[in-house]
Amino acid sequence: MNIIIVGCGKVGQALVEQLNDEGNDITVIDKVAEKVNDVSSRCDVMGVIGNGATHSVQRDAGIDTANLLIAVTGSDELNLLCCLIAKKAGNCHTIARVRNPEYYSESQFLKDELGLAMVINPEFAAASEIARVLRFPSAIKIDVFGRGRVELLKFRLPENSPLAGCAVKEIVTKLHCDVLVCTVERGDEVHIANGEFVFEEKDVISIVAATRKAGEFFRKIKYKMNSVKDVMVVGGGEIGHYLCEQLIRSGMSVKLIEKDPARCETLCATLDDGVSVINGDASDQNILVESGLEQTGAFVALTNLDEENILLSLFAKSVCDCKCVTKINRIGFDNVISKLDLDTIINPKSITSDTIVRYVRAMNSSRGSNMETLYNVIKGKVEAAEFIIKEDSPVVDVPLMELDLKPDVLVAAILRDKKVMIPRGHDSLQIGDAVIIVSRQIGLRNITDIRK
Amino acid sequence: MNYRMISYILGWILIFEGLFLSVPMLTAIVYGESVLSSYLIAMGICFLIGGLLVFKKPKKKQLFAREGCVIVALSWIVLSAFGALPFLMTREIPTFIDALFETVSGFTTTGASILSDVEKLSHASLMWRSFTHWVGGMGVLVFIMAFIPLSGAQNMHIMKAESPGPSVSKLVPRVKTTALILYSIYFALTLIEFIMLLFGGMTVFEALNTAFATAGTGGFGFYNSSMGSFSPYLQIVITVFMILFAINFNCYYLLLCGKLREAFNLELRTFLIIIASAITVITINIHGMFSSVGEALRHSAFTVASLISSTGFSTVDFNQWPELSRTLLVIIMFIGACAGSTGGGIKVSRIIILFKGMSKELQTMVQPRQIKKIKMDSRLIDHETVRSVNVYMVAYLMIFAISLVLISFDNHDLITSFTAVTATINNIGPGLDLVGPTSNFGFFTMQSKIVLIFDMLAGRLELFPMLLLFTPATWKK
Repeated sequence: MNIIIVGCGKVGQALVEQLNDEGNDITVIDKVAEKVNDVSSRCDVMGVIGNGATHSVQRDAGIDTANLLIAVTGSDELNLLCCLIAKKAGNCHTIARVRNPEYYSESQFLKDELGLAMVINPEFAAASEIARVLRFPSAIKIDVFGRGRVELLKFRLPENSPLAGCAVKEIVTKLHCDVLVCTVERGDEVHIANGEFVFEEKDVISIVAATRKAGEFFRKIKYKMNSVKDVMVVGGGEIGHYLCEQLIRSGMSVKLIEKDPARCETLCATLDDGVSVINGDASDQNILVESGLEQTGAFVALTNLDEENILLSLFAKSVCDCKCVTKINRIGFDNVISKLDLDTIINPKSITSDTIVRYVRAMNSSRGSNMETLYNVIKGKVEAAEFIIKEDSPVVDVPLMELDLKPDVLVAAILRDKKVMIPRGHDSLQIGDAVIIVSRQIGLRNITDIRK
Repeated sequence: MNYRMISYILGWILIFEGLFLSVPMLTAIVYGESVLSSYLIAMGICFLIGGLLVFKKPKKKQLFAREGCVIVALSWIVLSAFGALPFLMTREIPTFIDALFETVSGFTTTGASILSDVEKLSHASLMWRSFTHWVGGMGVLVFIMAFIPLSGAQNMHIMKAESPGPSVSKLVPRVKTTALILYSIYFALTLIEFIMLLFGGMTVFEALNTAFATAGTGGFGFYNSSMGSFSPYLQIVITVFMILFAINFNCYYLLLCGKLREAFNLELRTFLIIIASAITVITINIHGMFSSVGEALRHSAFTVASLISSTGFSTVDFNQWPELSRTLLVIIMFIGACAGSTGGGIKVSRIIILFKGMSKELQTMVQPRQIKKIKMDSRLIDHETVRSVNVYMVAYLMIFAISLVLISFDNHDLITSFTAVTATINNIGPGLDLVGPTSNFGFFTMQSKIVLIFDMLAGRLELFPMLLLFTPATWKK
C-alpha cells in the first residue's frame, strides 16, 4: 500500500518503522530537511521536504497514487488541513492526530464533515490505558478486546507465589480457572506457553480471560490486589488532564502536582473539584512527601522528561508500597528499563502507532474477516489481534485441533453471542465470532493467515 | 565494522560475476574459440570463492554509512581483480597489472586500453570487455542489492555510495523498485540501440559490443580504428545514443509518467546547450579539414558526444584538430554527463551548483546583508549538498594534482600526462598526444598504471568511497 506520513516526529518515526517493516511503500513529508534525511537514511522510504498541507508538496509525494495519508505533525490545525487537502487532491483515506481537547471533543463531527477515516489522540488513548491499569492494579498492562469483555492482562509473578513451580495445564486442573496463559517473559526470552510450561518466580505472564473471571483468578493464586482509592499524578499536561477526568469519574480521589502556576490555574478551572491541584516542583522530595506520597495507592509520573519520570517512580517505590505508572515517550533502552522495578510503563507514541497500524492492516486485508483491535503484547515480538469472522473460510467450522496452525500462534479466546469462551481443542470458529489471536507472527492481516 | 557482512556481500558479488562471465563464455562457444576453458575456469573460481563466502548468513546484518562505502569500494576492486583473470589465463594480456587496468577500465566505463592491437583479441575477450562496460555503467551493487535479501535501509547506504551525482533521489519509496525501474530503462534503451545498429548493417557481434559500450558510456572499441570504419548512419545512431545514455535516467522515468516539464529540468537543458555550443564552435573550427561542412559536423558531433558522455569512441583522430577544438574537448571532458546517468566527469549538476554558489558569493560581496539561497528548478538546494559539492571539488583537484605528479615521473610531456589523468579520472578513455584516440596507455610504467587504476575507480565511485578505503579512521574499531 502507498502511505504518506506528514510529520517526522516521535509518532511519525514510530509509524514509519512499523509500517515499513510490514511492506508498505512509504513517503514522508516534513518541513525540516534534517528530519527527512535522517528517516530516509534509516528506512527504505522516500522523503519530501516541504509543507505537507500544500497541494504541490503532496503531489510530489505521490498523492494521486496514495491509499492513505497520516498527518502527525505537532499542530492539530495543520493535520486537519493536510487531510482536507489530501482528500480533495487524491482519493485516499486520511488519519489525523488531534490532541487539543477542544477539537477532540468534536472528533465525530470532524470525521463526518472532513471525511477523515480516523481521528487519533495519543494523549487521550494513553490516559485511558493508565486509567484501566489503575482500576485493576495487579496487572502491569491491560489490553481489552470485544468492547471490554475480554482482557489480556500482563503481570509479574511475585516471590513465593503458589503458582511458581506449577505447570500451565495445572491452572485448569487444580485452580479450575477459565483463563489462558499466552506468553511468559523470562529475562530476555519470550515463550508462547504450552501445557507443560512451568512457571518460575518473577516471570512476566500474560493471560487472556473474560473480564469477570480475571479477578477470580488473581484471588485463587493469592495475588495481592488492593484497589486504588487515591492517586497522585505528577505533570499536568494533556495526558494528566484526561487522566484526572477519567479517574474522578470512576470515583478515585486525585492529587495533581504541576510546576507551572499558570497551567495549574487552567487545570483547576477545567477539572472537577475532586481533583486537588498542587503547584510545586515534583523533583523536590519534600513536596512529594508533604502531598501525601506515603499514603497514596498509586503514583503516576507524566512529566515531559522521561528520565525524571523514571526517577520519580523509583523514588515512589522506595517510599511506599504503591502502584506506579511511568510515562516514557522518547528514550529507547527498552531492555534496561524493563529490568527496573517500574510496574507499568506507558508509551503514548506506540499506543498511537498500534492503533494506526491496525487500521492499515485492516485496509490491506481482503474482505472476509476484519481486524478489530491490535496490540503489541511484547514490542516487536508478540502481538494480539482481534478478528471478526464475516464469511466462510477454510478456518471456519473446523475443530481447532485439526487446524494446521503456524507455530507460535494461539487462538486465545472466542466471543460468541455475548459469551466468552476460552477455546479448547474441540471448539471451532463460527461465522459471526470474534476471535482473539496471540502470536509471534508479526503482521497477521487476516484470520486465514493463522494456518500454515 | 561488520566484516562478516562485508565478506557476505562480496561473496554475492563474486557469484554474480560468475554469472556475468557466462556472456563471454557463450561467445566463445558460438565462435568455437579455445579461450572457452579459461572463461570456464574463471567462472568456477568465482562461484567457488563466492559460494564459500555466502554459505553461512551473517547473524549481525547491521550496516552503517561507513560499511556502505567500504563495501562499494571493495566490491569494485574485487569485481575488477577477478574479472581480470580470463585475460591472464588466455595470455592475451600476460601481466596482472595490465589485465587489471583493462578490466578496471571496463567496469568503470572508462575505455582506456593498454592494448595496441585489439583486433588480435578473441571474440570472447572482446565481448567480455564490452560487457564489463554494460555491467559497470549502471552500477553493479544496486543491481545485486535487488536480489540479495537485505533490508532497505542498508541498501540506501550502498546506493548513496554508488550512484553518480551530488544527491540521490529515489523515484519511488522502495530502493528495490527504484533500481528495477532504472534497470528496465537501461535495458530498453540498450535494446533499441542494438536493433537500430543491426538495421545499419552491423553484425550481431558488432552491434552487441557497440550497444554495450555505448550504454555504459564505456568506449572499448573492437577495431583499431574505433568507430571510424562504420557508415555515417551508424555513427549518427551512436552519437545520439551516447548523448541519451549521458542523461539522468530519472528524466526518462518522468517522461514516461508524462511529466514533460519536469523531465526537461535545468541540468538537462544546460547539458544540451553545452553540447550544442561545443559542436557549433568545433565544426566552424575544423570545417577546413573535411570535404564538406556536413562531414565536419558529423565528426565534431560524434566527438563532442563521445567525450562529454565520457564514452571515448572516436571516428577520426581528434588529436590532429586545431588547438581551440582540442582545448574545448578537454574542457567538456571535465564537465561530463548528467547526474544519475551512466556517464562520468564532474557532472553537469555539480557544475551548475558550483556556478550558482560562486554567483551567490559575488552578490553577497556587493550586498553583504542580502540573504540568498541556491535553487535549481525552483527547488532549494540545501546547504549540505552545496557543501558536499564544494568538498567534492577540492578532493577532485587534490587527487588530480597528486596523480599528475606521480604520472610525471614517467617523464612524458605535460599534455600527455595531464590528459591521461583527465581521461581516467573522468572515465573518458582517450586523451591527447601520446594517449590520443589512435594510441593507448600501454607505454606507462607499472606504478603509473596503478595510479591510473586508482583514478578510474575513484572517478567512477565519486571519489569518497575510494578515499575512505585509505583513511585510517575507517578501519579503527
